[in-house]
Amino acid sequence: MIDLLSYGAFFLSVALTYAIISLGLNVQWGQTGLFNVGIAGFVAVGAYVSALLTTPATADHLGGFGLPVAAGWLGAAVATGFVTFLVGALTIRLRSDYLAIATFGAAVAIHLCILNLQSVTGGPFGIGFIPRAFAGLADRPVAFSLANLALLAAVVLALYLALEHLARSPWGRVLRAIREDEPAALALGKSAVRFRLQAFALGGAIMGLAGATQAHFIGYIAPDNYQPILTFQVWAMLIVGGSGNNRGAILGAVVVWGIWALSASAVAGLFPAEQQARAASLQIVMIGLALCAILLWRPRGILGEARIMSRHVLRAAPTATPPPSTKSET
Amino acid sequence: MTPQVLMDGLVAGAMIGLGAIGITLTYSILRFSNFAHGEFLSWGAYLVLAVASGLGFLAGGPASPLGPFSFGWTLPVALVAGIALTAALALVVDALLFGPLRHRGSAVIILVMASFGAALTLRSLLEFIFTSKPMYFTSALQIARPLGGGLRATPDQLLALGLAAILVVAIHLLLTRTAIGRSMRAVSENRQLAGIAGIDVRMVIRTVWIFGAGLACVAGVMSGLLVQIRPQMGLDLLLPLFAAAILGGIGSVPGAMIAGLIVGLAEAMTVQLVGAEWRAAVAFVILVAILLLRPRGLFGRPE
Repeated sequence: MIDLLSYGAFFLSVALTYAIISLGLNVQWGQTGLFNVGIAGFVAVGAYVSALLTTPATADHLGGFGLPVAAGWLGAAVATGFVTFLVGALTIRLRSDYLAIATFGAAVAIHLCILNLQSVTGGPFGIGFIPRAFAGLADRPVAFSLANLALLAAVVLALYLALEHLARSPWGRVLRAIREDEPAALALGKSAVRFRLQAFALGGAIMGLAGATQAHFIGYIAPDNYQPILTFQVWAMLIVGGSGNNRGAILGAVVVWGIWALSASAVAGLFPAEQQARAASLQIVMIGLALCAILLWRPRGILGEARIMSRHVLRAAPTATPPPSTKSET
Repeated sequence: MTPQVLMDGLVAGAMIGLGAIGITLTYSILRFSNFAHGEFLSWGAYLVLAVASGLGFLAGGPASPLGPFSFGWTLPVALVAGIALTAALALVVDALLFGPLRHRGSAVIILVMASFGAALTLRSLLEFIFTSKPMYFTSALQIARPLGGGLRATPDQLLALGLAAILVVAIHLLLTRTAIGRSMRAVSENRQLAGIAGIDVRMVIRTVWIFGAGLACVAGVMSGLLVQIRPQMGLDLLLPLFAAAILGGIGSVPGAMIAGLIVGLAEAMTVQLVGAEWRAAVAFVILVAILLLRPRGLFGRPE
C-alpha cells in the first residue's frame, strides 16, 4: 500500500513536470501558432542554470553557488526566456518553418554545448547532488514524496491560473487574433512580431522552469536526458490533450506519460534483457504513429481548444473558434 | 591546416549537397520543410545494405572488390534497387500521411509536425529492425592515394565526388530542359494556376518524392560507404541538410549542391582548427548567419 502510494506520488510528480513543459508549449503553439522543435534544448538550459545556481561549490566544474532552490527556479526561467527570445528574434519575421528549423538547430547546439563545455556543465557526466526541495523530510520517504508532489501540483496550479488569466486578457486576445487573421490584427495596430516574440519567450521561460523542477526532483542531470525524444513526447502530450487548452496540456501530459510508463514496464516485462533496447524503440514507433494518427483523424485532441471569449459574445453567437490545425494557409 | 581538409570537406559536402537537393525540392514544390528527409538517407543506406547482403548470399559469399574500389558488384546493383525502394517508401509516406493532410488544406506547420512524427517513427523502426549497432558495406580497407598538391583520396571518395557531380548536372538539366522539369517549376510558382493550366499536379508531386528520396538514398549509401551506417545518421545529417538548403536558396538545385560543399568544407575546417567535438555546431552557426544576413540564401529569390 505504502509502495503504491509512493509510486503514485512519484509517477504524478514526473507527469506534472511534463505538464509544465506542455503548458509552456501551449503558450507558444496552442495560443500563438509558433512551432518549437527544440523543446529539449530549452528544458536543458533551465535544468542546467538551476543546477549550477543551487549546487554546493565543487572543483569539477564552474558554479556551485549554493543558492536556495527558489533562486535556481527563477534563474532558470529568466535565462531560458532570454535564450528563447534570441532564437525567436532570429526567425520570427521569416516564414513559419524557419522557426522550426532554427529551434531544432538550437536544441542540437545546446546539447553539444552541455556535452562539450565540461568546465561549466560537467560534460557527459552531468551534474549530481542537486538539492531537492524538502530535503529535511528525506528520511521519511512517503512524506517526502507527497510534499514534493504537493509543491509541483501547486506550481502547475499557479501556472494554470496565471495562463488562463493571461489568455483571457487583452494580451491573449491579441495573440489569438494574430494567429487567426494576421492582416486584421495588423490593421488594428498590433505588432505581430512583438507579440509573437513575447509569447515565444514566455513559453520558453516556462519550459526552463519545468527543466529546473525536473532537475531538482530527480537530483541529477546529464546531457542524455535532453534528446529529441523529449521534444517529441511533449508534442504528443499537447496534441493528445488538445492544443490551445491549458487543461488539455496538463491532461495530455498525465495521459501520455502514463502510456509511456506502462509501455516501458510492458517492454521490461515481456522482452528478454538483450532485446530490451530494441523493444524500447517500438515504444517510440508507437508514440510516433499515435501523433500522426491524431493529426490525421482528431487534430483537436481530447479536449479541443478552449473557447475563450467574453461570456456575452458566447451567448450571442454560440460558434466555436476553429482550432489552429484546421486553418489553411493563404 | 593541411590541404587534405579540402578533400575531406568536398567529399562530406557532396553528400550533404545531394541530400539538400531533396529538401530544397520538397520545400519549393510541396511548400514545407520535411524533417523526415534525413530518414530517407538512413533508410536508403539500410535498404541497399539489405539488398546487397541478399545478393551476396545468393551468389554464395561476398563479391570480390571491383577494380580499385572497396566493394563488389553487389553494391551498384543494390543501389539501383535501393533507390527504387526508397522512392517507394517516400510515396507510401506521402500517400498515408502528407497527402491526406494536403488534401484537407492543413496549415504548413501541421505538415512540418507530421514530418517530425514520421521521422521519429521511421528512425525507431530502423533501430528496431537493425539495432543501433553500426554496420558497414564492406570490411575492406582502402589506402588513400596521393593526387598531387598534398591531397590524398581513396578511390571510393573520388567515385562519390564524380557521382555527385553527374547527378547534380543531370537533375539541373532535367529541371531546366524537360517537360516534367517545366511542370515542376510551374507547380512551385503556383500550384492552383499550374493545375488549371493542365499540369498534372499529382504527377509532379510524385516526381518530387521520387527524386528527393532517390538522391537521399545515394547520399545515404555514400555516407555509409565512407563512414558507417547507423540509424541515427539521418538525424545527425538533418541540420547540415537544412543549413545547405537555406544557404543555397530554396528551390535552387545548383545552390543546394554549392551550399552543401560550403557546409562540408566548413565542418572539415572546424574539425581541423577547433576540434571534432564541435563539428555538429557548424551547421547551426551557418544557419544563424544566413538567417541574419540573407534569409533568401545565395541563389534564392526574395519571397
